[in-house]
Amino acid sequence: MSAVPASAVVPRSAAREALAALWGRPHTRACLGVVALYLLVASCGWLHLLPDAEAAVGGAQAPPGWPLATLLGTDLLGRSVLWRVLAGAQTAVTIGLATTALAVPFGTALGLAAGYFGGWVDAVVNWVYSVVVSVPDILLITAISYAMGKGLASMCVAIAATSWVGIMRLVRGEVLKHQGSDYVLAARSVGAGAGRVMFSEILPNVVHVTIVTATLVLLAAIKGEVILTYLGMGIQDGASWGLLIAGAAQDMVNDIWGPLVGAVTAMFLLIYSLSAIGDALRDVLDPRVG
Amino acid sequence: MGAYVVRRLLQAIPTVFGVALLTFLLFNAFGPDPVRTALGNHATAEAMANLRHQWGLDKSLPLQFLDFLRQIVTFDYGTSFVTGDDLGTQLKAGALVSLSVTMPPFVFGGIVNVAIALFIARHRDGLLDQAARALFIAAMSVSALVYVLALQYLLAFKLDWFPINGYEGGWSAVKYLGLPWLIQLLLLMGPDIRLYRALFLADMNADWVRTARAKGASEGRVLLRHVLPNAWIPIITQNVTTLPFLILGSFLMERFFSIPGIGNLTIDALSRGDLPILKAVTVLGALALVAFNLLNDLLYAVADPRVRLS
Repeated sequence: MSAVPASAVVPRSAAREALAALWGRPHTRACLGVVALYLLVASCGWLHLLPDAEAAVGGAQAPPGWPLATLLGTDLLGRSVLWRVLAGAQTAVTIGLATTALAVPFGTALGLAAGYFGGWVDAVVNWVYSVVVSVPDILLITAISYAMGKGLASMCVAIAATSWVGIMRLVRGEVLKHQGSDYVLAARSVGAGAGRVMFSEILPNVVHVTIVTATLVLLAAIKGEVILTYLGMGIQDGASWGLLIAGAAQDMVNDIWGPLVGAVTAMFLLIYSLSAIGDALRDVLDPRVG
Repeated sequence: MGAYVVRRLLQAIPTVFGVALLTFLLFNAFGPDPVRTALGNHATAEAMANLRHQWGLDKSLPLQFLDFLRQIVTFDYGTSFVTGDDLGTQLKAGALVSLSVTMPPFVFGGIVNVAIALFIARHRDGLLDQAARALFIAAMSVSALVYVLALQYLLAFKLDWFPINGYEGGWSAVKYLGLPWLIQLLLLMGPDIRLYRALFLADMNADWVRTARAKGASEGRVLLRHVLPNAWIPIITQNVTTLPFLILGSFLMERFFSIPGIGNLTIDALSRGDLPILKAVTVLGALALVAFNLLNDLLYAVADPRVRLS
């Protein structure tokens, strides 16, 4: 018998296959490039390498023009709109990643446990699931925003709280399908414990479901920031696309378009690319579709 | 059927209890002190104690939770902290306003979008289908807030077809609701048409569709007489589960156009720490969702005899 467990080989080749298939599509490749660019901007922001979005670069509400800092004009405080759009990209990427990092592992772990153990574990997880899906998303978000205070952290927790349920349900279903498979029985028969069977054997075989859903969580978080910020439950200070777009109502009346055009374009490129990658991932990873 | 309904209602009890517990914990246990929010930082200890007693917040948390459970069972949610108004009256009025915002575009948009999706499915993979697909993906990549801003600017500010915002009761509400209706119609198009198109196309290669084609039915007849009747079930399912959200209204529309529906009521309550409103809206929203899901399953069983209620 080979010493290499099946799980060590299969998922890597499946992942490689999926990546190769993604890379093979020129349109998806372009979208991956766009997302990489946003990650780069966000990373620069985290390392404080972006120009300071809070510093005044000129007079109040200067019209768009050269140099680069005033390409989209300045706001009421003379701050560069372009730098604020870039800082907004950093905020959006942060929110997207933080929300996904909360919702996906949580939903996956609960789905694995519910499907694997069954019995009372399953009953408790399903009870929590039924409670959370029964509260309309916007109301759950409102409640969490009240309990945790407004701001970036509570918004991430709130959006994650509404999105882990779908992942849990999908993973649980997949685990139930795999439960009686030969490879699971084989792992058990050589004495693998519950944790090992769940995480090293079953997880690699259901992870495609998680990855596809993760792109949806990412999208929901970035789109949610704009709406929630407008409703007063989101970003309170700093730079975000939500704040830029929400502030545009007043600007438009005064014929100032820089903040709106900048934030909408930046958001469109990221959301469009992520949706396209998500669709492509589903085609590649989900054997049920196509 | 009767036994099934009773069992489903019994199953809903632990769920509703969980919703009550979650709501109570988030608002009463973890949230900021509403007495402090109402009186500010310079209130005397005595004034705070008085208000706390008046609002029933001086009791222990388990007792407060029992009070809340009693409110849920009796549908009597008491009065608002801030205005002192009876919540039942306030929520009923808000729900009617919210329905007047969301219902017309929901009904009209539903019919129009099914028709458009049928037309696109008829010409699937043609130029129209591909153009529509690309357009919808692009359109759905723009935030809903941008559509609201742009259409208000263009149709209300520049062209003066609609008032900028505001609301009046009675029939004159229509004047103010025109623009929110139009925006919601547009926002519904992308997701709806994509969904319906996928529903219609999923059946396109089914045996009974092939049989109909073999008997010489035209493509239009196949769609209208064979595919559409079978797609009604998922279409109804989709729409019935959306109904509770219509009562909740569109938070974005109500906020943006200053329409006094449930959404506006909730957001005002959030900033004022008006716990009774927040808790009542959360629990009633969840109850509506549970009830409509049950209704949905029953409709499903009625529409599709293969579904057994066991």
